[in-house]
Amino acid sequence: MSVLEVKDLRVSVETEQGTKEILKGVDLVVNEGEIHAIMGPNGSGKSTLAYTIAGHPKYHVDGGSITLDGENLLAMTVDARARAGLFLAMQYPVEIPGVAVTNFLRTAKTAIDGVQPSIRTWGKEVTEAMKNLRMDSSFKDRNVNEGFSGGEKKRHEILQLELLKPKFAVLDETDSGLDVDALKIVAEGVNRAKENTGLGLLLITHYTRILRYITPDFVHVFVDGRVAEQGGPELADRLENEGYDRFLADAASPSQA
Amino acid sequence: MSAPVTLVTSPANSDRSDSPDHSRLGSKQHSDGGWGLVPVQVRSARFSSFEVDDFETVTGQELEWKHTPVAKLTPLTAGELDGSPLPIEAQEVDGARVEWIDRDDSRIGRAGKPEERASANAWSSFEKALSITVTGEEPVEVLVNRAGLGDAPRAAHTVIIAEHHSRGTVVLQNSGRALLSENVEIVLEEGAQLTVVTVQEWADDAIHLASHFSEVGRDARLKHVVVSLGGSVVRINPSTHLSSEGGDVELFGVYFADTGQHLEQQIFVNHDAPNTKSRVSYKGALQGVGAHTVWVGDVLIRPTAAGTDSYEQNRNLLLTDGTRADSVPNLEIETGDIAGAGHASASGRFDDEQLFYLQARGISEEDARRLVVRGFLSEIVQKIGSPALEARLQDAIEAELLVGEVGR
Repeated sequence: MSVLEVKDLRVSVETEQGTKEILKGVDLVVNEGEIHAIMGPNGSGKSTLAYTIAGHPKYHVDGGSITLDGENLLAMTVDARARAGLFLAMQYPVEIPGVAVTNFLRTAKTAIDGVQPSIRTWGKEVTEAMKNLRMDSSFKDRNVNEGFSGGEKKRHEILQLELLKPKFAVLDETDSGLDVDALKIVAEGVNRAKENTGLGLLLITHYTRILRYITPDFVHVFVDGRVAEQGGPELADRLENEGYDRFLADAASPSQA
Repeated sequence: MSAPVTLVTSPANSDRSDSPDHSRLGSKQHSDGGWGLVPVQVRSARFSSFEVDDFETVTGQELEWKHTPVAKLTPLTAGELDGSPLPIEAQEVDGARVEWIDRDDSRIGRAGKPEERASANAWSSFEKALSITVTGEEPVEVLVNRAGLGDAPRAAHTVIIAEHHSRGTVVLQNSGRALLSENVEIVLEEGAQLTVVTVQEWADDAIHLASHFSEVGRDARLKHVVVSLGGSVVRINPSTHLSSEGGDVELFGVYFADTGQHLEQQIFVNHDAPNTKSRVSYKGALQGVGAHTVWVGDVLIRPTAAGTDSYEQNRNLLLTDGTRADSVPNLEIETGDIAGAGHASASGRFDDEQLFYLQARGISEEDARRLVVRGFLSEIVQKIGSPALEARLQDAIEAELLVGEVGR
């Protein structure tokens, strides 16, 4: 069974005001087939965790480890991590002018699998996956993320999740900016991916809204670069009612430092 | 009026003390207002003549030569040129005529008049002109293959005429060795729709200077595409005169400069009649020490050109250290009554977020860079409208990328 393990992770970024410590010792174990929700207020370090796992060069790891089935992810390039089975659905996917979706998907699939996808089945697979996400067939001829609406960008991320079949996926605020219909479509896609491949999921979100459609096995509350509390799905319900205020009060108190 | 933009990546041109340090710069947007490096000289007042001796010896100080390595061009700007017909291949097709015509033919001189010495030298020297006339309303494609012109200095003259309401594409395909100065006149009669593509895939040591002059008639549409990939010094200057109401031009260009290559284009769009439209878009990639590109885009909107709609842009992608991209958009507007006039210029390195996105999908850094550059340049190639030519040019760009091992 596959396992993604984060141990005592400490991460900083360079800002104009100097080095800023963002993650201050994060521990997390995600097993294959599990859904973990990472929740927390803005600035608590949720997205930093996502991008550090994926290997974005902006984030400096000062200590701790991230391993995938015992392999040290921190020693791998961004693309090697993806080939090892990791996927990051981005909050703000970038435009790639002149690169058509269909070309991009085939190139990525070839890179992940190490061989070209079968000409016979690949086209059908893409068409089917797009249909499931209610994406028009003209979509594949458009350039990657160019002129996409917010909802189209998120659906395109989930399309890749379904086609690339990673072992673990980190979804960085995939729910933000989606209306309820788009949210349902995206959630269906995530649930379908889990059903089909049994992947492990790290669902990063500010709101509990998406958790109505994707049921987490575990909920972790991030505050000030640490996991302040963890529990089952009931913790999400509590946050829905109470918000983050009680955690923020704790973080501000010096006795917690 | 003038807004020069220069992006230099170290170590080339480190002797230029006035160059700001862009070495840590992700992207450089051009700023209006200029740096006061040259006296303002309006395009509408530029000198022109058919006679080479009317021009002073080229020194490199002149506005139109200041970015160009003029020392390499002496045979073309100051020497004697062989004006005999070029050894070309062109297929005769239904709906178009290809023939050699004499200097005194009335078709010559309808669109152009040289504005610099190499152009005037070619004009003074050519013995016969190649005339291509598009006649039919069904679209035709004429391919003129110019391969291996040799290393003796030559002059050439070409006249492309699209008769009224005709439609066609003319491709000038250049390869092999060359030391050539030429003028190309392009005339679009009323309602004609013409695409002219000039493709420079010259040998490494080739030198090619070209002035393209077009005269765009009433409701006529010109699409002009410059593709420069090979050659030592290649300078293609397309100039268009929108002299009749409703004229419409699209000027596209794509270039890829490698180590030591100088690729230049000076564009001039002259709006001289009401309700004319122009779109200019040039994109280039540079890699390797000494790769240098120049783009100058002059747009002039005369008092006669009420309702003009104009936009020009240039984008450059600097793939390695040691490259230099000059980008100078100029806009002269002499009437307040226009529909729109805009310009944009940006030269920069790779967008790291694009690389991260592609790498996060398992694509290696090298392949990701290649994908981004190919995408960047293919936006222009896709606009040619000739599938076979587009496919061939995509392959040629791909070959450039493989040769250079982008970003290494």
